[in-house]
Amino acid sequence: MSRIAATFAALKKQGRKALIPFITSGDPDPKLTVPLMHALAKAGADVIELGVPFSDPMADGPVIQRSSERALKHGESLKRVLDHVVEFRRTDRATPVVVFGYANPFEALGLERFADAAKAADADGVLVVDYPPEEAQSLVELLDARGLDTIFLLSPTTTDERLGEVAKLGRGYLYYVSLRGVTGASHIDFSDVARRVQHVRRFTGLPVGVGFGIRDAATAKVIAAVSDAVVIGSALIQQMEKAPQDKVTSEAMRFLTPIREALDELSAVKT
Amino acid sequence: MYDLPDARGHFGPYGGVFVAETLIQALHELKAAYARYRDDPEFQAEFAHELKHYVGRPSPVYHARRWSERFGGAQVYLKREDLNHTGAHKINNVIGQALLARRMGKRRVIAETGAGMHGVAAATIAARYGMECVVYMGTEDVRRQVQNVYCMKLLGATVVPVESGSKTLKDALNEAMRDWVTHVENTFYIIGTVAGPHPYPVMVRDFQSVIGREAREQMPELAGRQPDAVLACVGGGSNAMGIFYAYIPDEAVRLIGVEAAGHGLESGQHAATLCTGKPGVLHGNRTYLLQDENGQILETHSISAGLDYPGVGPEHAWLKDSGRAEYVSVTDEEALQAFHDLCRLEGIMPALESAHALAYAAKIAPKMGKDQILLVNLSGRGDKDMHTVAERSGIKRGAKSNENFISSLLVRLLQGNKGRYPGFHSKSAGGFAVSSLSDT
Repeated sequence: MSRIAATFAALKKQGRKALIPFITSGDPDPKLTVPLMHALAKAGADVIELGVPFSDPMADGPVIQRSSERALKHGESLKRVLDHVVEFRRTDRATPVVVFGYANPFEALGLERFADAAKAADADGVLVVDYPPEEAQSLVELLDARGLDTIFLLSPTTTDERLGEVAKLGRGYLYYVSLRGVTGASHIDFSDVARRVQHVRRFTGLPVGVGFGIRDAATAKVIAAVSDAVVIGSALIQQMEKAPQDKVTSEAMRFLTPIREALDELSAVKT
Repeated sequence: MYDLPDARGHFGPYGGVFVAETLIQALHELKAAYARYRDDPEFQAEFAHELKHYVGRPSPVYHARRWSERFGGAQVYLKREDLNHTGAHKINNVIGQALLARRMGKRRVIAETGAGMHGVAAATIAARYGMECVVYMGTEDVRRQVQNVYCMKLLGATVVPVESGSKTLKDALNEAMRDWVTHVENTFYIIGTVAGPHPYPVMVRDFQSVIGREAREQMPELAGRQPDAVLACVGGGSNAMGIFYAYIPDEAVRLIGVEAAGHGLESGQHAATLCTGKPGVLHGNRTYLLQDENGQILETHSISAGLDYPGVGPEHAWLKDSGRAEYVSVTDEEALQAFHDLCRLEGIMPALESAHALAYAAKIAPKMGKDQILLVNLSGRGDKDMHTVAERSGIKRGAKSNENFISSLLVRLLQGNKGRYPGFHSKSAGGFAVSSLSDT
């Protein structure tokens, strides 16, 4: 069983929901990436999505775009992202890490070289935003062969036919994008998310995480009630942006802690 | 037989659908609509009617005798896309996509633009069909193409300046994609070139292929035969695909795409993607890209905003690899020389983009026989580039540079119009009259 699958299985047994924060590797400074990852784990992250910065993040809103630009100014690259994972693993062997990015940096490194390096770094999953299932065959094969999970996105407009396809190719968990639009957008229709997640479950036994538009403990709680995990990216990075550099890790923890508590209240109510 | 792309939009290893899941359904809808209307006689009849009566097609082929005489070699013929309504080939494609948008019930169209010609064409058609139009344009291009910005506003479009990244065409495209994914139910994204996710490259090529079809009929009438080579500038590559496509099966005709070498390939400041780039994934398709060793997209440079793009249409990538077309580059300086020569010898002011293709014709024509023929796609007219050329030539007006003179004139014009027309709630940003993001 992969580390991601084991994590979700353990959570399910405890009746708890997963908290999945997203940060961009190298933002605001590569020196802070590993301390930040540890801080996220300490604040209750069950899985960490580690973003690979890209010059043209088409599916992201201004917040993640800015974080990408800051990281690139420091020369962050996919290789360095994996270096951070290696360093993180020296002291944290439990928290799954998903490497999350756009196709071109992966292709520039070479998919097979990347798969080997990701395995060697003891990363757990990979999500390539602009690899829909149609274009992801080789990546899935390479990652499957190394026991790494390929994570796929689902959207409100994904048809049943594609749901079936994604369910076949997806590993670890599925990431349901709760909004039309880019990351960091604001309006989220909770009852629609609930309906859609229920529908997705008819096609897959994989855990379903929900992201885009989750801003705080209250929204996280509502979403977690109808899903297996909440993904928080833009709202977290926005908090970090406001903090001076020496406070970034503590600010990230301060932001995540009430969200973790809210998710756990949910499981307390249930049990 | 050449029958690319395949059903999934691949030209060999290039093309495809490299987008986030959030855009997949919109692309499926577009693909279905295009499949339905591509061979629909009523759609094709309306398209042909618009091209004839609104655009003014067929565009003539013109024998540039005086310019050719100077070379003492090949005879150069020009396909006059600059004579189209709105002054470039862009309108052909925009009409096709707008007709499709109407049939799909989309009332709002968006577009990205570099030089502004595609933006102007989109704004024009939106006015003609009564659609809302939003055009994304990098602030660097807004600065270079201030007249086209004003033109789009006159036509009732909203121009959104894009501040991110290199502030040019690629960033405008990113921003337009973001708009599309957010407003996908009522919005049709009119991509201006043969790039982007499937079905855009094939659809734009089809709509532009009228250029080459006409040329194949016109050349025998005018010159007695088909040309030895067809030349076109390549940024994204839509005018080149438009004139190349009908010639692909005719192996006797060389196809030459001319990229922007900017300050020179060795300077690193250029936009010669096929000449110096490597395959990768950007803007929804796999193609050649200008990128660093980590796969980050590089900033490009060209004197012509329309060529200032780090990618290229996937079909060009395939034509390069397969050897059917060859790709070369010319510098800013060489393009400027061709611009001036065509003005002085033929009384035709070409767009700086098209001047790249002309410059390469000027390079090879002297080495060719007098009985040989070059056909150059004169893809657009140069009015929009006057202030760029004036600036480069050091033309001043009083103490102010020519560019400042023109922009201050436009700012005054816009301020004079404030409140009288919708769409004129403009702010002055960096000395230029443009709508800010908050206006949209």
